[in-house]
Amino acid sequence: MANMVNLTINGKKVQALQGSTVLEAARANGIYIPTLCYHPDLKPEGACRLCMVEASGARTLVASCVYPVAEGMEVKTNTAKVRAARRTIVELLLANHPKDCLSCQKNGDCELQKIAADLGLRKIRFEGGATKVPKMDYSNPSLVRDQEKCILCGRCVRVCRDVQGMSVYGFVGRGFNTVVSPAFGNGLGEAACSYCGQCANVCPTGAIMEKDDTDKVWEAIADPEKVVIVQTAPSVRVALGEELGIPVGNVVTGKMVAALRQLGFDKVFDTNFSADLTIMEEGHEFLDRLQNGGVLPMITSCSPGWVNMIELKYPELLPHLSTAKSPQGMFGAVAKTYFAEKAGIDPAKIVCVSVMPCTAKKAEAARPELCDSGYRDVDIVITTRELGRMIREAGIDFENLTDEEYDSPLGTSSGAAVIFGITGGVMEAALRTVADVVAGKSLDKVDYQEVRGMAETREAVIDIGETKVKVAVVNTLKSAKEMLERIKAGTADYQFIEVMACPGGCIGGGGQPIPVNQEIRKKRREALLSCDQASVIRKSHENPEIITLYETWMGKPLGERAHRLLHTHFTPQKR
Amino acid sequence: MQHIRAHVLVCNGTGCKAAGAEKLMTSFEKWLKKYNLQDEVAVVPTGCHGFCEHGPLVIVYPEGTFYCRVQEKDVKDIVENHLYKGRIVERLLYHEPLTHEQVPDYSEIGFYKKQERLVLKNCGAINPEEIEEYIAVGGYEALIKAITTMTPDGVIDEVKKSGLRGRGGGGFPTGLKWGFAKQSVSDKKYVICNADEGDPGAFMDRSVLEGDPHRVLEGMAICGYAIGADEGYIYVRAEYPLAIKRLRIAIEQAEAMGLLGDNIFDSGFSFHIHIKEGAGAFVCGEETALMASIEGKRGMPRPRPPFPAVSGLWGKPTNINNVETFANVAQIIVNGADWYCQFGTEKSKGTKVFALTGKINNTGLAEVPMGITMREIIYDIGGGITDGKKFKAVQIGGPSGGCLPESMLDLPVDYDSLIAAGAMMGSGGLVVMDEDTCMVDVAKFFLNFTQSESCGKCTPCREGTKRMLEILNRITEGEGREGDIELLESLAYTIKETALCGLGQTAPNPVLSTLKYFRNEYEAHIKEKRCPAKVCEKMVGFTITDNCRGCGLCAKNCPVQAISGKPREKYVIDQAACIKCGACFSACPFKAIEKG
Repeated sequence: MANMVNLTINGKKVQALQGSTVLEAARANGIYIPTLCYHPDLKPEGACRLCMVEASGARTLVASCVYPVAEGMEVKTNTAKVRAARRTIVELLLANHPKDCLSCQKNGDCELQKIAADLGLRKIRFEGGATKVPKMDYSNPSLVRDQEKCILCGRCVRVCRDVQGMSVYGFVGRGFNTVVSPAFGNGLGEAACSYCGQCANVCPTGAIMEKDDTDKVWEAIADPEKVVIVQTAPSVRVALGEELGIPVGNVVTGKMVAALRQLGFDKVFDTNFSADLTIMEEGHEFLDRLQNGGVLPMITSCSPGWVNMIELKYPELLPHLSTAKSPQGMFGAVAKTYFAEKAGIDPAKIVCVSVMPCTAKKAEAARPELCDSGYRDVDIVITTRELGRMIREAGIDFENLTDEEYDSPLGTSSGAAVIFGITGGVMEAALRTVADVVAGKSLDKVDYQEVRGMAETREAVIDIGETKVKVAVVNTLKSAKEMLERIKAGTADYQFIEVMACPGGCIGGGGQPIPVNQEIRKKRREALLSCDQASVIRKSHENPEIITLYETWMGKPLGERAHRLLHTHFTPQKR
Repeated sequence: MQHIRAHVLVCNGTGCKAAGAEKLMTSFEKWLKKYNLQDEVAVVPTGCHGFCEHGPLVIVYPEGTFYCRVQEKDVKDIVENHLYKGRIVERLLYHEPLTHEQVPDYSEIGFYKKQERLVLKNCGAINPEEIEEYIAVGGYEALIKAITTMTPDGVIDEVKKSGLRGRGGGGFPTGLKWGFAKQSVSDKKYVICNADEGDPGAFMDRSVLEGDPHRVLEGMAICGYAIGADEGYIYVRAEYPLAIKRLRIAIEQAEAMGLLGDNIFDSGFSFHIHIKEGAGAFVCGEETALMASIEGKRGMPRPRPPFPAVSGLWGKPTNINNVETFANVAQIIVNGADWYCQFGTEKSKGTKVFALTGKINNTGLAEVPMGITMREIIYDIGGGITDGKKFKAVQIGGPSGGCLPESMLDLPVDYDSLIAAGAMMGSGGLVVMDEDTCMVDVAKFFLNFTQSESCGKCTPCREGTKRMLEILNRITEGEGREGDIELLESLAYTIKETALCGLGQTAPNPVLSTLKYFRNEYEAHIKEKRCPAKVCEKMVGFTITDNCRGCGLCAKNCPVQAISGKPREKYVIDQAACIKCGACFSACPFKAIEKG
């Protein structure tokens, strides 16, 4: 092959793509080199200097994450010199790091901890001062920062800037006093943060974490006065297993339902039910806008990180957002009205918990306008990671649980709902319903391959009856910003756009198990698509519980009750 | 035609200005008018002469009389006696520090005699704010020669043949660097002049920019022609307002004359130069951090490769050289590589400008041919050690350099000899230390500098230099432990091997070189809790000897009332109360207080 170079790593002859790095070449050949600032989703920085190796022709050791391979290069990854350098680097990091590993939220999941263990560090030769940092930052509704634990790897800086285009974090100060901080030393709550949590996903230590709300859940469950119900978002079922020793890419819906019952939830419901409900409302809203001259392109509004971003950065484009609430929001409103009525429970006694792949959902649930049931619609939001911790804390043998089914009436869902968890899924689900509504019958076409994929921005032209509808699908906030710029410039001739804040959609959400990378997202995505394929009902409007809801209680989509409970409004945010 | 019979050159470098040179200008004009000499004597503001310690400097031509430390009140004397009556004002002349001989003639002064002023040739000789003066001494000839008679490859070959190496510290062959940038194919390329001079005490680049700005612009334009760039940036720290002002004037004048700008001399070659003011971060002298700073980002280095010649400013091929490097270019093009090669050694051609500071009689800027010995610089040019003290060490290469002991005084000053000795050329800082200097303290000083100027990006530099500094602090505070030297060495070698940029990789050099040449001082601090140079306060005590005449000044100056005694009797220090501040030591007129 023309663009391959030959090199040796630890005496082993290997080939690597021209332009690739020594680290990539080593990993492709099963040679492990420890890293901290490197992350497969991000452009390497060569900052932590842990991945040092010996390379022929170099004056000093080189950082393998950024050092390009060359023909005839001899690399040694495991010499006394290399090991001594790595140990010193980790010793230096630990000398400026709290030693409270046992009580750290990241205990057991911390990359620094694992590397220190791998390197067999038994003594830290350095002592002295620690970098002065602000106290714990709880100002953000979704994320918590403990700067004492920051090792300045810069992953959060890069993911926020390069993937999400938000640039909330930057390096501030010099030398030993360098810290990662939002502008002006503000807390993360005062910064223009979308709460997407991608920074928490890539943080190797306990410096950025989701706000832990598990204690609130335990407290509610323990209260005999309360009826504690739980909803689980589509993408949780394909990721939760990773927290509990099950390989990536496995669907664990039944075990998850069983585990939630064992934890003590009174009813286990499915956000997929309300995802179908969202399609009913959003689909009809789209048709209404299309046929009656509403603001186009209409853009989906179920991803709260995305909603925060547009409210913060492009308030003038808010009329493009669908007014339909997110599935989480709809679930809460319906649970404390329809379900309460049907089950004969005082809604005041209901505690509505949701398990989400998302940190921004915590902030969404706290939005003052989401009280349409007369109560706070959703009371507590925990992430996939937090549910994993609760299951471990309860000592549940997750792997050996027998599958169980969701409760009724908010537990039945279609295949269209489950794909809400991947980029393009909301669009596909909406198209399935919209096409049938326009045709006035159930069409054979179910799969819309045109809108599937992993690329950050995709587009397609779909026949809806006689009309050709041009749609776009966008994931990551950086690409979303680019799309909004195009809308502003008048160069986005779409009628319908789906936006999800996180890479790959909710399967790559900020509350999902760590580690995450493109390979893992692919496997979660395939698992979710398999759930859709395995579903008997694959269109939202064919979900019998949805049909019953509208026929017996809600009325028509976009009707008076639907408008009151299932739609919302958006307000510019200033932070 | 008006006949000017004498020129009064008033140094207007930053040092002389600070010492009052601007007032001298108006004063000269005033007094010349009074003596009606205004039409036959011209007063010319010039750039730096390098002998800043003796400023403000005034040189009167045609005699070349060199007046030092001239104050406003002296101007009348110079006008009346020298310019009007033809008598030299002896009291303002320079005295050789070792021989005490009076030297009226500029060129006969020891400080200048052994210098080879190629780069600094015009500094102090021309008015840097008048392009005509630069042109009059051959300025812009090289640029015109290059763009009208030479090919870009021809220019690069000439620079390669000259053996010119980067003067910013690295010593990379300049012609080779230009060749790499030329080879890169791109619609856009940049030339950057690194004027982010950050070493403590160094002011070579500032003086060149202030004294001869066109020379740098010309070098940059020649480089632009050679590599195929039409745009250049000068990254200069905002703390150099005079340099910035003169650069702006120079660019404006050169553009007005068609020597910079579009289609220079109808050759089809265009070159525009911008000034980018830096905020003074030491790390921005590192080329990748410098480029990040120009781009508006935080000045932090990035890993190389890719090198700037491939992907530099805004991702375009870029050639970066230091001020002094560019200042060498024009003369190489005009006089040819062979002419240039007569200066210097086999592998280090040309000259190097050094900023002499420390315990040396003649501090200032000196340009010397490569290969001169350290001894010649310190004793012949520098005039030896102040107060007749003994030489102990010289720190060369700034905070990244190393400390060399007396045994290295005959070392030839060139890139490779210095590296072999554990120091480096650096950008040209040269700090001389006498016997009263504690080498552990010196290492601590430089490490403190690099530690606080670290950009914080890579672990070894950010965390490692901090821990080294903490160890040095405890050693100098008498808390040193067995094993500290080994710990310092271990850290130093790891930092050298693993730091991301050159600044981090060289940060441990002052510690390593002092450990190499002055290890016994470290050991005395750690094992005997003793500072041999009696510098480290925590290990120094004061006692009053029999020389005491009982004047009581020591007691009066003691801030903690630790000294008592009766007039005309020997005073006593209460050692338990003494805070070792040294106030008594400085106050005693009879040298009756002993440090130790």
